[in-house]
Amino acid sequence: MAERRRITLRVNGRELSGSAEPRMTLADFLRDELGLTGTHLGCEHGVCGACTVLLDGRSVRSCLMFAVQVEGRELTTVEGLAAPDGSLSPVQEAFSVHHALQCGFCTPGFLIAVTEYLAEGAPGVDDEEALRARLSGNLCRCTGYQNIVAAVREAAERMRRGS
Amino acid sequence: MSGPAHPYAPADGPGFPALRSATYVGQRLRRKEDARLLTGRATHVADLRVPGVLHAAVLRSPFAHARIARIQREPAKAAAGVVGVFTERDLDGRVGPFVEAARTEISPLLKEKIGPTLKSCPMPVLAKDRVLWVGQPVAVVVAVDRYLAEDALELVQVDYEPLPAVNDPEDALEPGAPVLHPELGDNVQTSFTVSVGDVDGTFARAEHRLSTRLVMGRTAANAMETRGVVAVPDPGRDELTVWCANARPHLVRTFICEMLGMPADSVRVIGPDMGGSFGTGMFPEDVLIAFLARELGRPVRWIEDRRENLANTRHARDQIHDVEVAFDGEGRILALKDRYLIDAGAYNNYAITVSYNSAAHLRGQFAIDHMRVEALSVLTNKAPVTPVRGAGRPEVVFVMDRIVDLVAAELGLDPVEVRRRNLIRPEQMPYPMGMPYRDGVDIVYDRADFPAQLERALEAFGYEEFRREQAAARRLGRRIGVGVSSYVEGSGYGPYEGAVVRVDPRGHVTVATGAKPHGQSLETTLAQICADQLGVTPDDVTVKAGDTALIPHGIGTFASRSAVTAGTAVGIAAARLREKVLAVAGELLETHPSDLELDGGVVAARGAPDRRVTLAEVARAATPGPRAKLPDGMEPGLEVVYYYVPPTVTFASGTHVVGVEVDEETGFVRLLKYVTTDDCGRMLNPTVVEGQVHGGVAHGIGNALFEEIVYDGDAQLLTATYMDYLLPTASDVPPIAVGHQEEFPSELNPFGIKGVGEGGAVSPPAAIANAIVDALRPLRIDIDRVPIGPERLYRLIEEARAASEGG
Amino acid sequence: MKPPPFDYARPETVDEAVSLLAEHGEEAKLLAGGQSLVPLLALRLASPSVLVDLNGVRGLDHLRLEGDRLVIGAMARHRDVEELPELRSRCPMLFEGVSLIGHVAIRNRGTVGGSLAHADPAAEWPSLVLALDGEIDATGPKGVRTIPAGEFFDTYFTTALAPDEIVSEIRLRLPSGAGVGSCFVELARRHGDFALAGVGALLGLDEGGSVSDARVTLIGVRDRAVRSLGAESVLRGARPGEELFAEAAEAVDKEIEPVSDIHATSEYRRHLAKVLVRRALARAAERAGGA
Repeated sequence: MAERRRITLRVNGRELSGSAEPRMTLADFLRDELGLTGTHLGCEHGVCGACTVLLDGRSVRSCLMFAVQVEGRELTTVEGLAAPDGSLSPVQEAFSVHHALQCGFCTPGFLIAVTEYLAEGAPGVDDEEALRARLSGNLCRCTGYQNIVAAVREAAERMRRGS
Repeated sequence: MSGPAHPYAPADGPGFPALRSATYVGQRLRRKEDARLLTGRATHVADLRVPGVLHAAVLRSPFAHARIARIQREPAKAAAGVVGVFTERDLDGRVGPFVEAARTEISPLLKEKIGPTLKSCPMPVLAKDRVLWVGQPVAVVVAVDRYLAEDALELVQVDYEPLPAVNDPEDALEPGAPVLHPELGDNVQTSFTVSVGDVDGTFARAEHRLSTRLVMGRTAANAMETRGVVAVPDPGRDELTVWCANARPHLVRTFICEMLGMPADSVRVIGPDMGGSFGTGMFPEDVLIAFLARELGRPVRWIEDRRENLANTRHARDQIHDVEVAFDGEGRILALKDRYLIDAGAYNNYAITVSYNSAAHLRGQFAIDHMRVEALSVLTNKAPVTPVRGAGRPEVVFVMDRIVDLVAAELGLDPVEVRRRNLIRPEQMPYPMGMPYRDGVDIVYDRADFPAQLERALEAFGYEEFRREQAAARRLGRRIGVGVSSYVEGSGYGPYEGAVVRVDPRGHVTVATGAKPHGQSLETTLAQICADQLGVTPDDVTVKAGDTALIPHGIGTFASRSAVTAGTAVGIAAARLREKVLAVAGELLETHPSDLELDGGVVAARGAPDRRVTLAEVARAATPGPRAKLPDGMEPGLEVVYYYVPPTVTFASGTHVVGVEVDEETGFVRLLKYVTTDDCGRMLNPTVVEGQVHGGVAHGIGNALFEEIVYDGDAQLLTATYMDYLLPTASDVPPIAVGHQEEFPSELNPFGIKGVGEGGAVSPPAAIANAIVDALRPLRIDIDRVPIGPERLYRLIEEARAASEGG
Repeated sequence: MKPPPFDYARPETVDEAVSLLAEHGEEAKLLAGGQSLVPLLALRLASPSVLVDLNGVRGLDHLRLEGDRLVIGAMARHRDVEELPELRSRCPMLFEGVSLIGHVAIRNRGTVGGSLAHADPAAEWPSLVLALDGEIDATGPKGVRTIPAGEFFDTYFTTALAPDEIVSEIRLRLPSGAGVGSCFVELARRHGDFALAGVGALLGLDEGGSVSDARVTLIGVRDRAVRSLGAESVLRGARPGEELFAEAAEAVDKEIEPVSDIHATSEYRRHLAKVLVRRALARAAERAGGA
């Protein structure tokens, strides 16, 4: 029951397979087995949010799940946010326009968390305190969050206008 | 610009190329780095896919001070997937001593002028005989994956004999305290005194004095990416390629070569994409992993985890200041005495880098002509302290700005008014400070206008309006307050930085530099400066930073230096390359180069635009061989290498104003708004500058209110995970308004640049402490220690209340 | 920080899960949301031989509001509860308490049953089930037994569950009618951190404006969540107001026993508890229409 097993799942719309022993975290599975290194490890104990991915559309900390738990599930990672032709998602575009990333290490986690937030309709986006509270689950050491807040507001506005 | 030239301003000598005015510098260009960072296609050290790589895990000391009696590795060696278990015994005689970079880099001029005491205690790569801090590397397991390596760590048996540990620098100075390095005699590893003016005489004559102790606790840099090394050997050639998440790749190479006895060109160190650094330094693993790869003849990978990182990596601050100040009835500060201890941890690999920075920046923007500081770096059984964003400045700015506040309180004056009365005035600039900087060159502040900076910051904050709001709020029982802090920062530290600018046969420009950005956007800003000086667009330029194979000499990115040093190097190299391009184009077009223009990658004759040639054609014409078209005496190839040696640091500055609200019942603090006005000279990219300030301020907020590395009485680390070490989140950082004084380009480099990477982090603890004190008036609170959390503030409030009711 | 090795089982029914627990005893740990367990594994503070993953078990993740009764399957996620339509207005204390659990990504995975079984003294769920007359079903080899919330929590990370029992369902009684107000407040160093202290307050006012029903619960100030009967008896029958709330706050003194740790001392937590009781009661009273 501890041996490696084969896991098949959909990641960013494609069916992928890899093998993992039960204790292999989902984060390590994505990075080392599937070669999707865009999801980053910042703390490996569920606090920093750098490892955030979408599981069936919901944000989860991939360092707090095991690969064996996602058999047959649907994952979205940062590699899946841009369109097939390479054009950036509204969130990605807004982050670049607003300089909401500097070293970029925490960015994948933020992009995923914000993508979920926007899919929910960005509740409370005009309330500074509520918006920052929503973002407080992801740590950033570079930006001071200022431009991230601005980027999220713009992305929400774009989606509201349907552009 | 009026007034005398800065004494260190370089004279434009022969060989200095004519520089073009800016097209791209100063623009808010979107970043070239973003494309890969936003799409998960960056390559950090942990992202490298190396076939056959082995994984290392480091066994670390659980004791703060202990003798190692025995290490039994057999059970670990026999564990599944384990390839080797190594201890100091395997390194003895094979790996040279861990040289202290900063000690070897100390300016002889500074040594001569200040005469510091510097004692050397080289740090072992793996512990030999003794461990001196919790987390110190003791052994390393190499296995086929990290999971198995960590399993095997649990099987390595180390017999420790615990020894009494020192967890406090004052205790470490007591006679009879355990001495960490007996060969040094005591626990003082460095010390120095700096004296300016007539301190004792001024104190004797002064109307007022006060003295206090001010403390800044220990923090850790906490880049979001932990450290890591991947070393790939070529056993046949005895060469190594090492990817290292370290902002000084050339220094890593130097260490590896010296400690492993290898020629420089046998070791290539590449700084991959780096997720922050916030400080610099060499660590044992940087060399250990290289050694293991060479030893095993196989690639070896080590990625630090966060627990290792919190225990070991870039601890900082941890200073105790005993200060005395002499002042007059108008609040003019006449003289200052400061004796301070830095808790350096078990090894001080940075000599007097941080402690001297503190001495040099203590007076900041204030005209205080009489000062004496005595600084000691004291060894204790904690992780070694390194320079981290601010590097000695936040500590002394906290000291100075709390002193200003205390002086004001003593005299019943507004602290802002006391600041005004003490600031160096613009007509006094450039201002000599009466002591050398760390490079040994006597400090002369760059031209600046500190009073105008203060007024601008106050106005941007809405200071008068806030005072009215404060009065109204007080009547309703709300406690809001405002605090101010200012700093001066020596930036663009030398000794040099270089650039190789080259054009390929397709006309694409590559810039190689020894700088190693980790968030500073140098791939964009250096492209901007290159584009301006060469005559291309930033899209035509690719910046490759931090690869020892691409440029032979380099220093790295830290100390707010890269915009100044790498920026200038790139700009001058590009300007010189432009001259070369025009010379070659002149051959092709049979026109004198002075009649040619290079713009947007095309060389054209002035007034005859049909006589043109592309940069690609010029590059091809400059290719060596019989068909090269070169002016007489010119070497083939379109490439220029230039190393910029700054005359000394160029001084940036800033003023911060913060508004806070204190919940008197609980001690919880909310930051209402934060305003900065800084002078960073010429901005390469204002968006990048503002981002650096935002991030610095957030870091400073962490240092002020949240972040502390805590050890217990036995020097056991208590803050070992992110449950206990608290980094500020988006909810903890208020909106920050950044303003700039743009009228003082640096006179020390041709592009007018001053560094800005650290400034934002320097003032927040002082400004926030002052604001909290202000919010609680008329209760007399004294914040003499940061970080300050709600409980301690609550207790200060209760004590002050009791004192005011009882008194 | 890689977890130690373990065997992994993914039962599909509650009975299978229970059998696995019975079979492996102390060597097995249940994996529900994983938001508390997996960090322990990463830090190697726990080394179970077997991880029994409950995420594949059928019939444990239901969530239904039936009149005043909220029926929650043990594997329902915090986020599912938080997103129940009208919960914010129906029972602000429950909504606010659940919303304060960590961050969205944590609430997407963390489960109600898992939080209760884990019994962290600073967790919100234990206090919510105490306040809302919770009943907790425990399924074991011999079937299901119902444990009232007041009997479920023993001490730190210890409940009335036997080693071979699994929380399967939780039922709460939501207050109804006019004149009811509730809230949940806590103080933490940062948003989403564990509370230094937290209070859930529920007030029902009669037509005359006096307190007819009161619930006061506290977290982070004892070895388990506390329901302060002392505070509740002070409140019952009295008219809401600052003085009454202060008296209620003092009454919790004897029922709490905070500890000191790196984040706060016992004395400070005690002080915060009283401040929060006053503030929570004031807000609950205001919402009940009787501020």
